Parts: sequence; structure tokens; C-alpha cells
Amino acid sequence: MSAVLLNDETKKVLITPLVNDNPITLQVLGICSALAVTSQMSTSLIMALALTLVTAFSSAAISAIRNHIPSSIRIIVQMTIIASLVIVVDQLLKAFAYDVSKQLSVFVGLIITNCIVMGRAEGYAMKNPPLESFMDGIGNGLGYSLILIIVAFFRETLGSGKLLGIEVFKLTKDGGWYDPNGLMLLPPSAFFIIGLIIWSVRQWKPEQTEKVEFKIMSIAHGEGGHH
Amino acid sequence: MLKCEQFNKICVALDNCEHYQKFKVYRDNVLALGNDSLEKTIAIAVALCLVCAVLVSFSAVALKSLQVHNKELDMKKNILDVAGLLQEGGDIDSDFAEKIEAKIVNLETGDYVEDMNVAEYDQRKAAKDPALSVAIPKDKDIAHIRIKAKYAKVYLVKESGAIRSIILPVNGYGLWSTLYGFLSLDADGQTVQSINFYDQQETPGLGGEVVNPKWRALWKGKKVYAESDQPSLEKGLIEEAEIGEPALSLIKGVVDNTKPGSQYQVDGLAGASLTSTGVTNLVRYWMSNEGFAPYLAKVRTVKGVKS
Repeated sequence: MSAVLLNDETKKVLITPLVNDNPITLQVLGICSALAVTSQMSTSLIMALALTLVTAFSSAAISAIRNHIPSSIRIIVQMTIIASLVIVVDQLLKAFAYDVSKQLSVFVGLIITNCIVMGRAEGYAMKNPPLESFMDGIGNGLGYSLILIIVAFFRETLGSGKLLGIEVFKLTKDGGWYDPNGLMLLPPSAFFIIGLIIWSVRQWKPEQTEKVEFKIMSIAHGEGGHH
Repeated sequence: MLKCEQFNKICVALDNCEHYQKFKVYRDNVLALGNDSLEKTIAIAVALCLVCAVLVSFSAVALKSLQVHNKELDMKKNILDVAGLLQEGGDIDSDFAEKIEAKIVNLETGDYVEDMNVAEYDQRKAAKDPALSVAIPKDKDIAHIRIKAKYAKVYLVKESGAIRSIILPVNGYGLWSTLYGFLSLDADGQTVQSINFYDQQETPGLGGEVVNPKWRALWKGKKVYAESDQPSLEKGLIEEAEIGEPALSLIKGVVDNTKPGSQYQVDGLAGASLTSTGVTNLVRYWMSNEGFAPYLAKVRTVKGVKS
């Protein structure tokens, strides 16, 4: 097992999705849930964990039968496997972690529609063996988790002055000094934070910047240009 | 070991079974077919659906009892919590059985219904059952719930025979979701002990603060119904109430407890006017004649009498 874990390919699929090929900042997948769950750190952590597990196991399962999946129905086959796994996870949470499942409520079901799960199934698991696919799922799940944690950190501290429910800044309404930023509690704020993260990652690693597909030409002294 | 033996037995039985052998041959044939052939496409689809269906139904059925238990436990915990009886590390099941008495109330008459199974009655399910529910006329539906159950399940806490708290189920629409909760009152049916929302999907940090213990603590001692000698209420989020009508409301900002009328006011939730209005409306609805007013009128008169 240790020999397999040290395998170059396995290492690569585990580590590159963290920064170099991050599902959110580079592939720009899974944005919807990144907006929805990140107003609190605790829900973000659980969502990250659930998504990592679902991605890993569905990738492994799809990879195991990849040679027999008819290409005309491959997306439906992937969806069926992913959806079944998510339902099983949801049932397990309801049975063994009721409080958590109550907090996550609809978000667990939304894992089914998370683009990362399908993106990895289609993009990696269909072409690679189960163990590597499993690791790829874990890697991408961790990459997603990393961004979720960063976003949730800013949203919860700036939005409610807390972190994991523990007070960090004393709020003015409780006699403290910090006046919370209500925008941070609403989904659009995650757009700004994710945008800033993508910008800083691309400043740090310029090779991630996409080639310009279309360049806006400046109108050089055309008619009506000056008034 | 026993399981192993059984497994071997099953394997042997399968090997001897003619149909299984046929199935094996068929399976190998299909798997050998090209991936894009029609037969394999259909066979794979059917097989996958079967496997997934078994997996999903197995987990749903096998875990059902645990889930139901969790749900009940959670409900009991919420009821104990709103009654102020929740103890850290206490046994919820036995505490609930000892201290809380569930009763079914006919909302129209306000009388107890004795010929129904209290343990099995689920008010939220009943609200969806046409035989057990009534539509609320639009002009009276201030809580925006459209339908209510005819019978409500209330909980009583008694101390040496006398009622200590009356716990009433309430629900109403906030900003994104219907809020479900319990309101607990003193035996006078007028003074609030506590409120507790156990199911809501309001914005976390804004409307979601309805579950914040600090905010919930503000409800203690507030009065529900406007009394005859009450001074004019200051304008809250919605209009004032007539004498004898539910007057309790959430206001914008912080309540000044020195002002007259402040006993009918609770701080609004900062940044969540719509959720606050929703909470005011659901309390006013359920405390009105549409809700528990007839029942409370009767409980008040039998106050202290052993029932």
C-alpha cells in the first residue's frame, strides 16, 4: 500500500488540485455551493468533508466500471452512481449525525449537482484506474475544501465577528467595537472573495491566466469618437 | 465462521442453479459485446439501476429506525429546552417522559381531544392531510401558512398538579422558509417563558439569529395580549393591537425597557426585517382566535385545578 501511495501519479493527483489545478480557482467548478455554505465555518467544513468523500468514492466506482460504460449513456450512468452515493451519505448523516444533517439540510442533496464531482468523473475517472481516481477525488475535494475554508474564514469573521461560532470580534450590539458587515453573510460576498482569491493566485502563478480569446479593439479616431 | 459456511452454501447452491449458470453465460456475453451496442447499453443501464436501487433502499430501510429515533429525540430536546428543563448530560427520553405531558387540542373549540393517540399524532403531517386540516381564509392568514391542522399538539409542564408552563407549537413564514417552533407561556397564558425555533432556513447570521440564545432570552417575561390598562404602544414593525388582542411584536432596534408598552416588545433581528415581521406575525396569528386563544381562555380558567 505504501508503495502505491508514493506512486508519482498518485502524488500528482493529490497535490496539484490544491493550487496548480484547483477546481474552484482554475477549473471554476463548484462555485454554486461555495456561495451557499460559506457564511459559517462549521457548515463549510462539513460540506467540504462530504464533497471530498463523495467525489473520491464516486470516482473510484465509476473508474471500476469505466471499460463497460456505453458512451451514449455515460453521463446518466455517472449521475446515477453519484446520486446514489449522495443519498446514502445523507441517510448515514441523518442516522448518525443528526445535528449536522439538520444544519446542512438541502446542501447535501446539492452535492449531486456539484460540478466538481461530475467534472472529475468525466475528466479523470473515465480514463484512469480506480485507486488513482479515488486519490484524484480526494485531491480535488481538498482543493475545494481549501477555498471553502478561506472564504468561510473571511465571511464568518467579518460578517458575524465569530469563527466556528466562537466570538472573535466583540460586536457593537453586545457592547463591543466591531460593526459586522451584513454583506458578508449574503451569497454575493463569496463572489468577491473568490474573485480576489483567483486574482491573487494568478498574480502568483501567471501561467494560470487564460489566453485572451477575444481582444477588444480600440476605435482609433473613428467617426463619432470625439464630441 | 458461521457466516462463511452460509456464504459457501449459497455459492454452492448458486453453482447448482440452472438459471444462475444461464445468467453467468449471458453476463459474460454481454460484457464481451462492444460498448456501443444497443443490447449492452440497455443491459448496463438495467444492471446499474438495480444495484443503485438496492443500495439506496437498503440504506433507507436499515437506518430508518435510527433516524426516527433521532428526530423524536431532537423534538423532545427542543420541548425540554423551551420549557427550561434541558439539563446538560441529562437523559432526554426519561426527562421528557417524567416532566412533560402531551395533549391534543381542538383549535376551534379550545377543548382537549381525548379519543386520539397523542403519541402518534403529528401536527405537521396533519396539516398536509385534507381530512385533518383546514384552509385559512386569506385575510386572516397573517402568518402565510395557508393551511393549518384542526388539532394541535400542545405540551404541559406540571408541578404538583398545577400547570407551570404551556408549550404551544407555532409556525409561520419568514423570509426564505417557514419557521417552526415552540412558544412556552406561564399558566396565565399571557407571560412568555421562552421561544424556540427548531426548523428554519433563514439567512445564517441575520434571520438565522432566531436561534441565538441571547436573543431568545429577551422574550422572557414579555406579555402576549394587550391588557385593558395598557398605554398606547409605540409603533412596531406592524400596526398596534386592540385590547385583548395579541400585541407582542418585534420592533426595529432595541427595546427601551423603561418605556410604557415595552412589555409587548422584543428587539428585532438586526438586518432581518422580513424575518422579524414573520416572527411577529406568526406569534400574533397563533395567539389569535384562529390559533390558541380559545384554548388559552379555557386553560386559564382551570388554572391550578388537577385535570
